[in-house]
Amino acid sequence: MADLRVDIAGLHLKNPVMTASGTFGYGLEFQDFVNLEDIGGIIVKGTTLLPRQGNAYPRMAETASGMLNCVGLQNKGVDYFCSHIYPQIKDIQTNILVNVSGNSPEDYAECAARIDELEHIPAIELNISCPNVKHGGMAFGTTTQGAASVVRAVRQAYHKTLIVKLSPNVTSISDIALAAEGEGADAVSLINTLMGMAIDAEKRRRVLSIGTGGLSGPAVKPVALRMVYEVAHAVQIPVIGLGGISSAKDAVEFLLAGASAIEIGTANFLDPAITVKVAQGIDEYLDRHGFKSVKDIVGIVE
Amino acid sequence: MKKHILDLFLTRVVHLHERYVLLQATDPVAPLPEMLPGQFAQIRVDGSKETFLRRPVSIHNVDRQANEVSFLVQIVGEGTRALSRLQTGDTLNVILPLGNGFTMPESPDEKVLLVGGGVGVAPLLYLGVRMREMGVEPTFLLGARSQSDLLQQEAFRALGRVFVTTEDGTAGERGFVTQHSLLQKERFTRICVCGPKPMMLAVARYAKSVSTPCEVSLENMMACGLGACLCCVEDTQQGNVCVCTEGPVFNINQLKWQI
Repeated sequence: MADLRVDIAGLHLKNPVMTASGTFGYGLEFQDFVNLEDIGGIIVKGTTLLPRQGNAYPRMAETASGMLNCVGLQNKGVDYFCSHIYPQIKDIQTNILVNVSGNSPEDYAECAARIDELEHIPAIELNISCPNVKHGGMAFGTTTQGAASVVRAVRQAYHKTLIVKLSPNVTSISDIALAAEGEGADAVSLINTLMGMAIDAEKRRRVLSIGTGGLSGPAVKPVALRMVYEVAHAVQIPVIGLGGISSAKDAVEFLLAGASAIEIGTANFLDPAITVKVAQGIDEYLDRHGFKSVKDIVGIVE
Repeated sequence: MKKHILDLFLTRVVHLHERYVLLQATDPVAPLPEMLPGQFAQIRVDGSKETFLRRPVSIHNVDRQANEVSFLVQIVGEGTRALSRLQTGDTLNVILPLGNGFTMPESPDEKVLLVGGGVGVAPLLYLGVRMREMGVEPTFLLGARSQSDLLQQEAFRALGRVFVTTEDGTAGERGFVTQHSLLQKERFTRICVCGPKPMMLAVARYAKSVSTPCEVSLENMMACGLGACLCCVEDTQQGNVCVCTEGPVFNINQLKWQI
């Protein structure tokens, strides 16, 4: 048994495995399959200040080794989260994090401030990288100024651990990461989905309702791994890696590249019990190679 | 209802014809969980490079004595083609039971019409079985393109009256299910429908015109099947809801279809 505990700027995880927002609901949807308390952290569905209906159907297209989605942040708003969902999940004995999105820096900040008041939410993940909304979302995450403006506003309103989720749809993801770090982000998580498109050749039209969507799944893993490596070398704050992780081997690769923790996303759809299996697999890897702590392998690949 | 991930053992693979396969499977270690008519399973597809996600497939029948569940699969793409290549003895990894299921009749006196189109007949067999158990003898109205697309006719005939339409007239009355003379002659207390959307819409319009309660089973494209990804949503009176958890069965009054 190696020591799987990790610390992300004051956020204590019992193991480095978290769930990626939008792929694990509010956790409750998966409690028939896993003991939620065995997961290091659960990052719940993207939440906005006001309710959002999301984009029209179809929102999903399957691709080789992955899928595209354009859900568009459907959620019932932060007030509904606080009054109806939080009471159901607050006593789960692991870290519950909320993914926060918005249309403007003020929006983000107000949503974050509401969540700041919730005792059992130790951290938020700021989504400046959703590719599926017209206003906000990725628009903030693709320029250093945009990223800085949102992080600055939220940093003033939010006092616990602030993680900023980065978009891969940029020329230099390290520059965006540095901008977030410069405004007081405690950690960065990457990557959100890669923008893509699917076309139905028989019907001669684009598959998704808004034409484009975000690609996830094993198809994006090499891109994500390269970006995690780059960002881990650029910033001083912890990096959380995600993008196509489907096994303990994948997770270990991200840790070796420089991630202090990892998130599992699309793989939850194929195996709803994958999170716990990955945590066990990391432990086995550490034992097999004689590492006493998961911290000992973070970023050791040159 | 508790959901399970199970490695089932395939006991029988029947190629009903070139485009349809019947998969019959058992749980070798434990009794299968309770399943309701209209619920579905998410079946993992192995050995296909083109496909990635599980395939939602409705529960075709459940045999408690034999501890078996069966799935009727239409081969439409790479995923279902991979499923059709499975053989007896292979493992079928499934998540089930998922979704809500059809509303059952309130009393044995009800006169129920079950309408199926193409592979949409799949959930109606188990629905008919469960209705018979409560003393209701269902009437089936089954539509297909051609005689060869009519599936499991004997199994349906064992449960109740069966009326058929085919688009080319090779079996039953020629035309669509909504054109069948049965609908002019008889009235029902409820109608359950599964099939292509244009067919379900036409039946929904008929049901509304004769003020008969009607439920339809949707097959929106899904990723997770668990209500987590929000990909399979249908626009309803309650806004966008997940077909995988709030459905797949909806009363037509919940939908925003132009009925």
